[in-house]
Amino acid sequence: METLTSLLDAKGCPLEKQKFTWREMAGKPISKLDDDAFTRVRIILMNGIELDALRLKHIGARFHGELRLSLAEVRRAEQHQATMVNWLLSADHSPLETTIAYEQVAIEVTAAVAQSEPDAYQAQTYRFGLLEDFDHLYRYSALLDRLEGKDANNILQGYTDIIPGRPTTFHHRAPEDDLRDAYQRDSAALITKIHAAMITAAEYQTHDYYMNIGPSFADPLARQLYAEIASVEEQHVTQYGSLQDPNESFLEKWLIHEAMEAYNYYSCVDQETNPRIKAIWERFLDYELGHLNLVSELFERYERRDAGEILTGPLPQMVEFKSQRKFVRQVLADEVDLRAKGNEYVDRRNEGEASPDYRNQLNSAGVPAETVSAGYQWAPGTELNLKAS
Amino acid sequence: MQNATQIGLNHTGARLSPLDSEQQIKASQEVLPDVPGNEQRLALERTELASEAETIGSVPLPGSTKGMLKTALNTLVGVNPEVLIDKLGERLAFERSGTRLYEALMAKVQAIEDVDTEDMLETLQNFHDEEAEHFKLLEGALERLGADPTAMTPCADVVGVSAAGILQVVSDPRTNLAQSLNALLTAELTDNAGWELLIRLAETSGQNEIADSFNKALAQEQMHLETVRNWLAMEVMRQV
Repeated sequence: METLTSLLDAKGCPLEKQKFTWREMAGKPISKLDDDAFTRVRIILMNGIELDALRLKHIGARFHGELRLSLAEVRRAEQHQATMVNWLLSADHSPLETTIAYEQVAIEVTAAVAQSEPDAYQAQTYRFGLLEDFDHLYRYSALLDRLEGKDANNILQGYTDIIPGRPTTFHHRAPEDDLRDAYQRDSAALITKIHAAMITAAEYQTHDYYMNIGPSFADPLARQLYAEIASVEEQHVTQYGSLQDPNESFLEKWLIHEAMEAYNYYSCVDQETNPRIKAIWERFLDYELGHLNLVSELFERYERRDAGEILTGPLPQMVEFKSQRKFVRQVLADEVDLRAKGNEYVDRRNEGEASPDYRNQLNSAGVPAETVSAGYQWAPGTELNLKAS
Repeated sequence: MQNATQIGLNHTGARLSPLDSEQQIKASQEVLPDVPGNEQRLALERTELASEAETIGSVPLPGSTKGMLKTALNTLVGVNPEVLIDKLGERLAFERSGTRLYEALMAKVQAIEDVDTEDMLETLQNFHDEEAEHFKLLEGALERLGADPTAMTPCADVVGVSAAGILQVVSDPRTNLAQSLNALLTAELTDNAGWELLIRLAETSGQNEIADSFNKALAQEQMHLETVRNWLAMEVMRQV
């Protein structure tokens, strides 16, 4: 199997050659109608990853004066990568349609990660979060149908089911029940570190997106639903963020992040069906290898350690961008009644007191997810097709 | 630009993926809704929140002393000048956006290769100029009433929200001529009805001079509407 260290042998595009123009950054978007849903999934995922790359580096710059210039230089390229990727979404996506696509990313990508994650506890965490995003998709689909009169499946393209998961009503937990055990930096597999960084990035983006577009809705229930689910996404960022070992140095985290970016672009190149978009993934894989090499040099200079110590082990299989229907259904059947108690997963009968107390108060004036989805059953062409004419 | 409607690899329909669709439909038949009720729950909550809601905003106080006097006079004879000011502000905003809408459409028409667009461009330019004239006409009417034509009135704000989709359609480089004309038709239909109502409102408010000055604008808007309607029909039928 290929190893990441051999991938590192490719030096990639040097940072000083990573150039953009405004025109190409805001280039031709994909077609909402004609492109495959997984092309959009990849776009949303990679935008989330690039935005998290900026976030991590800004936080790092607050603590590490000696790295500020290098961080600023890499960030500039990543800012423009993020732009070029995110601007691929066409303007005919309503914010609610884009939301459906975001939830499809959360479901299908997290399901792929849950299956390839070697650490049993971390895999359990991905399955736990997955069922919540699965439920969000159902609630938002009801809203899309009942607010805009649109069928969520025009976005999902048959790949993802539209049914209740673990009900959103029960997602609201006390902070103490959102923290998870971290992997151990010395013993965890590289893919475990990559997964934690990528899913945290994806969830962070989803949180920020809902926080930005939520108030742009006129409908009061849409505003409430975005407020409700954005809060759950904040919990998800807390949950996935806590999977990472806090004892990793900043440079170690930066190195893992760059490896994660390269790994994901590599997966995109591997599976992209739109040749124009594939060329972008190829170009950005080359850019990321440039970043990875640069950070490896910084790591070696400042930490006097070989980057190969971190980037070790076989290159994991690519992220599988495909419908994970069978796996999701199994997880739904087996784990829908799980709840979190501290950093453990327990049956709902064994839930602690903190989270029920917390959500009883939050839900005391109504639950938007319930209001928008009361009696909602998805059908091709919207629920109006189920009504007697 | 691609001006004609084409058959292609549209991925959105359930029938394109019969196996996936079968699975999806089966899932939604087997896993029933977990919350009882129907869309009435959403409607009830909307009604409750509508009854508690505050307004979008207010009509600004007239700024000049002369205007304040006129406003006071009108109020005394039982007419609410704020309604007229609000609707004048609405049409002003609409005509100003309309001017930009025609600019966006002209830029697109320049890119069309398979249709002779010379006459159309000339007419579009005239319509554009008339929209800009109407904007100035409304500015003058508001000033005559002592109102501030630079303020955004509540109806001006709301009409901007309504027109946002029209602008999105026309300014998207991927939409073709027929799609753009269809969006423009929505604007012109509304605009015609808007001018008719405004003239009636000005007359009711005792502003006959203002009402008279609007008749030419209405006639021009009627011409815009008929022209756009015909262009759209011709463009769609041409592709059949």
